[in-house]
This record gives sequence, C-alpha cells and structure tokens, in this order.
Amino acid sequence: MFLATSTKLLEPILHSPGYWRTVWTRFRRDPVAIGAGVVVLALILMAIFAPLIAPQDPYQGMSLRRLRPPGTPGYLLGTDELGRDMLTRLIYGARISLFMGVTPVFVALFLGTTIGVVAGYLGGWTNTILMRTVDVFFAFPSVLLAVAMAGALGAGIGNGLIALTLVFIPPIARVAESVTTGVRTRDFVEAARASGAGAFLIIRKHVLGNVMGPIFVYAMSLIAVSMILASGLSFLGLGVKPPEPDWGLMLNTLRTAMYTQPLLCALPGVMIFITSISFNLLTDGLRSAMDVKS
Amino acid sequence: MEPAKASPLLQITGLKKHFPVKTGLFGRPSSSVYAVDDIAFDVHAGETLGIVGESGCGKSTTARLLMGLIPPTAGTVRFDGKIVGSPALPLKEFHRQVQMVFQDSYASLNPRLTVEESIAFGPTVHGVSRREAIARARSLLDRVGLDPIRFAGRFPHELSGGQRQRVNIARALALEPRILLLDEAVSALDKSVEAQVLNLLLDLKDAFGLTYLFISHDLEVVRFMATRVLVMYLGKVAELGPTEALYTKSRHPYTSALLGSLLSMDPDQRTERAPLAGDPPNPIDPPPGCRFHTRCAFAEAVCSLHEPVLHAAGASHAAACHMVPPNGEHSKSGMAMKAVS
Repeated sequence: MFLATSTKLLEPILHSPGYWRTVWTRFRRDPVAIGAGVVVLALILMAIFAPLIAPQDPYQGMSLRRLRPPGTPGYLLGTDELGRDMLTRLIYGARISLFMGVTPVFVALFLGTTIGVVAGYLGGWTNTILMRTVDVFFAFPSVLLAVAMAGALGAGIGNGLIALTLVFIPPIARVAESVTTGVRTRDFVEAARASGAGAFLIIRKHVLGNVMGPIFVYAMSLIAVSMILASGLSFLGLGVKPPEPDWGLMLNTLRTAMYTQPLLCALPGVMIFITSISFNLLTDGLRSAMDVKS
Repeated sequence: MEPAKASPLLQITGLKKHFPVKTGLFGRPSSSVYAVDDIAFDVHAGETLGIVGESGCGKSTTARLLMGLIPPTAGTVRFDGKIVGSPALPLKEFHRQVQMVFQDSYASLNPRLTVEESIAFGPTVHGVSRREAIARARSLLDRVGLDPIRFAGRFPHELSGGQRQRVNIARALALEPRILLLDEAVSALDKSVEAQVLNLLLDLKDAFGLTYLFISHDLEVVRFMATRVLVMYLGKVAELGPTEALYTKSRHPYTSALLGSLLSMDPDQRTERAPLAGDPPNPIDPPPGCRFHTRCAFAEAVCSLHEPVLHAAGASHAAACHMVPPNGEHSKSGMAMKAVS
C-alpha cells in the first residue's frame, strides 16, 4: 500500500475553534447587536406565548368602550375602534406579523439560494437562462410586485405569503449568484474539481459553506422589509383579513381615528418600527461579526 | 538524463487553447487569445519535466489543460497510451493518477474546512470511507512534516505559507497519484521555506516514485529540480532538452536570453545590458513566422515568413529556431548558439 494506516493516527487531535464559533465570540462583544437580538427574542417569545401573556381576548370587543386612550384603567394601551383591548391585540399581532415577516424570507432563501448557486456555479447558458428569468421579476418594484401578485391571487394569508416569497426570490438569487461566481473561480474549487468531484458534491462541500454567510445575512435584512410589505398588503386589504389581529391591518382600521386618538393609532406602527429596526440591527451585528478577515 | 525507455507516461499532442476575447453579434467570437497554440511533448515516468517561460506564455494554461480543468480547443492528452476523457480513461479516473499543487497556497484551501478535511476530501470522492480518508490525511500530514496532532484540526488561515503549501502537497498526494503537477508551487514562498519545500518534494518523489511536471518562472529552481526542461514562448514550445544541455548549450535565442537574465553570484560577471528588451507581443495577435522574431537579435527575413518547427539539436534536445537545422534559409543556420554562462 502507498501509505501505512495506523490506528495511532485516529487519536484525538487539537481542534481549532471553527468559523461559526469565532463569529459568535465577536457577535457577543457587540452590545447593539446583543440588544437587538434580545428584543427579537422577546418578540418571538411574546408571539409564542401570546395566550398566556395577553390580558384579554383579542376578538372580544364592546361598543361602549371604543377608542379609549392609552392609560385607561383596565386597558393599559387603550381600546380600538371596536372596543377590543389594544395591548392584547398588539401581543397577538406579533404572531401574524412575525410569521409573515419570516416565512416568505426563509422559503425565498431556500429557493433563491438554489437558483443563484446553481446559476453561479454552472455559468454559461444555465446562468443566462436562470438569471434573465429572475431579472424579469427583479425589474418590478418590490411593493408593486407584491401588490400585483397578492391582487391577482386574491386576499388571504396564504396568497400573501406566496406573493411575498416571489418578491424575495430574485434579490436573494442575485446575491447568491454573485457570491458563488466569486467562489467558483477560487483555487480550492479548482482543486476539488481536479480531485474528480462532481458539481453537486463540490457545491455541497466547498461552495455552500463559503456563500451561505453573506446570503443569510442578506436574507435576514429582508425580514424587516417582508414584515413591512406584509403590513402594507394587510393595510390595502390584500393580506390578512379582519378580525385577525395584524399590525398592518390595525394601522388601516385605526386610521379613521387619527385626529381623535393619534397616540392610539400610532401604536401598531411603533410595533412594526421596533421589530424591523431590531431585525436590521441584528443583521448589521451579524454582518460585522461574520466579516472575519482571515 | 536517461533516454526514454518505454512509452511516455503522459503524451501531449497538438494541444491548443484559444480564449475568445471579443464576442461579435450572436455570440460568435471575433478574436482569440492564443494562450496555448499547438504544443506537443512527452513526460516520462520518473522524470521531472520543468516548464519555464515569462508570465503569460501559457505555462499555467498548459497545466489547467493537462488537468482537464478547462476544455482544450484542440489536441489530446494520453496517459499510459489512453486518451484522457475517452471511455478507456474517464477524467475522474485520470484525476486519481495526476494531481496538482497550485501557486497560491491560501486560495487553494477551502477556508471553512480543517486541514485534514481538505486532504481527506479527494479520497472520499473516490469511494474511500471517511474514517480511512481521515487516517490517510493524518499520515500524509506526518509525511510532509506537519505533526497531525497539532495541525490536522487547524484552519488554513492559522498556518504559515510554507505549512499551507505542505498541506496542499499532502492533499495532492492523498489520491496516490503517479504524476504531480506543480504550478509555481514554491514561487510564493520565501527563499528558506522554498528550499525546505523543494527538498520535501525531492524526498517525496523518491519515496513514492512520482513523476513531476514542475512549472516555474524561476530558472535556478528549475535547474535544481528538473531532469528535462521545456521553454515556452507565447503559447509555443521554444526549446526542449535535458536540463544541463539546455542550460549550458541552449539552441534557441530566447532560452539564451532568459538564461542571460539570471543574476550571477560573481560581482565581475555584471549584466551590462538587458538581454531581452520589451514585453512579449500580444497573444491576441501573435507575430507571423517565428513568434520571437520581434525581440530576437538574430532575426532575419525568413524568421518573419516561416514558423520554425522543433528541430532536433542533439540527444533528445530540440529547438524551434531557423538557426538549428544545418542547411536552412537563415544565414547562421547550423551554428550552435554561443553558450551562456
């Protein structure tokens, strides 16, 4: 045999901390990112445990106590136009808003990465066909595309999700394609090809690990956009339908009380603002933590 | 240098690579870079064939063509008499026999994989179990002078340039190849590390019975390593011969000029004037006739008219120059080039 294989060589070796551990160490030292992460985590927990935290029933209204200002005894944040507890509805609203923010992005992350990495790695005609198709969708402004899709498919959470997913596939595919093109020509990919490995194996073992970071960070930054777009769809009556508690929809239904109860009307907007800025800051922190110059 | 005993291990015939540069309407290439233009040579088992030439002469393109990393425009590569890429010898099978070490030691290792994972990747592609591949990786690390217990779990950025190049050599050896293609493998290392890696390569060659294709722009290193040397100029073979014969009695003016550019250790041997002026011509539009005639001190009318073929100029020594054949059209034909150094 070419080389002697001895069992001694399977003894434990000294392992360096991996890439992701280094990223985590750096991330931990960023107070803004940690703060944003805590807020995001709190919002997620709030959404999960909404029935336990919420003081009232989100659907139960009473016409005698409509549009009470924040601070009314028994209704910490006031009541909406149908006399339902604002605090309760804002807590429940996190469920749909987060769901509408995260789900389309993750589905688009999977599909967009697949399209982009395949196009970027194979290049040539495959790249041209895939990316030009993506560009057709990319040519539309995202809001317009989402509204047009949702309008064509009809209102409802499911159709809203499909519309938003379609909006996010093109930009993610673009980012995936450009980072993959950068990695494809690196010598270690050539070396892998020179060892006789096929495209699928090289993508799995050598390409994905080097492109997932930037793509993931980019997708994270889309969560806030997705939430705002979803709220926008709900506001236009194309997303979530009443009486579901959704922040965008709540903004819509409360806007008639803008002059009588401005503070109350702003509350769902404040929630959208807090959530999206937390996701953005978290993304920024992740981005700088992952920018390990080695 | 012993003459070729049996059939060559690697046989390259009519190899061409033209890169289209401008694309006209409907994607038709309107002009091309003639990176490698009709080269042919043999590599014999057990030898070290050095390939030298200026930057852009096609050395690296030749390496990538040989590895099948880029498809050739024309020409064939035969390994053990079998055409590479044919059903008799699929590319994947060929890759088990021929491996490559790249110049940039950092770029050629996946930054997300540990050293042992990088080395073990090749064998797993060819059906070796993961456990066995890891064991092989560690034993190879040991073989190239890196303690597996300390180095196997490290990432490329935690190693020095010399250590990384040792890892790359181990990775290339993991498939138990017969030929190792070293593309400027030591050029990026500093001199003391370079010497260590060169000695390691010589040691491995003996131990595993390897054949080397040693591509470099460093003539001294090639002289130290190679048994035969191939000089390339603008995508063509200028001269091919046994190392000592080529270094002492070069027959091609380009080789002489290259050798003349070497700095001497003797202060009395000053280089008075540049042996070769200017840059190589543009490979998009190579000069007609001999490609070197634009810079050659001996150029005559025949040089810009006819392209010289490789003429025999001694035992397994050949040069593509009109001055080599004894009764050519060149006024100096048949004259031996003045020995340099």
